[in-house]
Amino acid sequence: MSTGTSSSAGSKHVRPLSPFMMYRWQYSNTLSILNRITGILLSIGLLLLVYWLIALASGADAYAKARTLLTSPLGYAVLSGFTFSFFYHLLNGVRHLVWDVGYGFEKSTARKSGWLVFLGSIVVTLFFWFLVYNTRGAA
Amino acid sequence: MSLRSPMGRVLGLGTAKGGSHHWWMQRVTSVALLLLTLWFAASLLHFATFDYAVLIEWIGKPVNAVLLSLLIGTSTYHSLLGVQVVIEDYVVGKLLKTVVMMLLSFVHAAVAALGIFAVLCIAFGVAA
Repeated sequence: MSTGTSSSAGSKHVRPLSPFMMYRWQYSNTLSILNRITGILLSIGLLLLVYWLIALASGADAYAKARTLLTSPLGYAVLSGFTFSFFYHLLNGVRHLVWDVGYGFEKSTARKSGWLVFLGSIVVTLFFWFLVYNTRGAA
Repeated sequence: MSLRSPMGRVLGLGTAKGGSHHWWMQRVTSVALLLLTLWFAASLLHFATFDYAVLIEWIGKPVNAVLLSLLIGTSTYHSLLGVQVVIEDYVVGKLLKTVVMMLLSFVHAAVAALGIFAVLCIAFGVAA
């Protein structure tokens, strides 16, 4: 992505501008930046996954501490955000793969798949936690 | 028409061979992660109360230990590829960009090594 200025001395041509300088805010770039943000959150979440595994490998006492931390209100909040990030990044990733194969570029289709991804990730996240809550109750 | 040779014109414009490698590996890892993460998410739903003994037994099974190691390796690689694009887009200055990228490569390698080592310790029943 290159940022150019149109007023450099002696230049006859208007040089291209970076997208963020010329486009109005709309659904497509919101979904795009959300993909990047959730990706970064998932990268941080990887630290959490590895912390959990190290705690498990370190024995029952260390794991009990990690479990208490992760099942605290803050722990649940972080895990919920992580779950939403995961499902959003996953569904939008599939959307990208479909584009890569060459389908879904029509404006109306892209808009529909965008809504599907966004609402779908909220629904799947809620459903996942419902299942977690249910198995917990059954055990 | 330019008098420069075709070679002279393309020199310094970047590689012709490896240009799509980053993009392609991002797709390969994303398809792998699609399968691995869904397996992991589905597995998590079976643990109910996330008891220590249950999890140790689960990771102790060869299939789970191998898949979990693959999950860690693939996701850290995919993460590094993604983070690289973010760095390239937002970090200004060639030196700073290189240093930040190098540090984040180290962090990703360390995270992958620690995660896989932890899984292997559990799988082989060795205290970490």
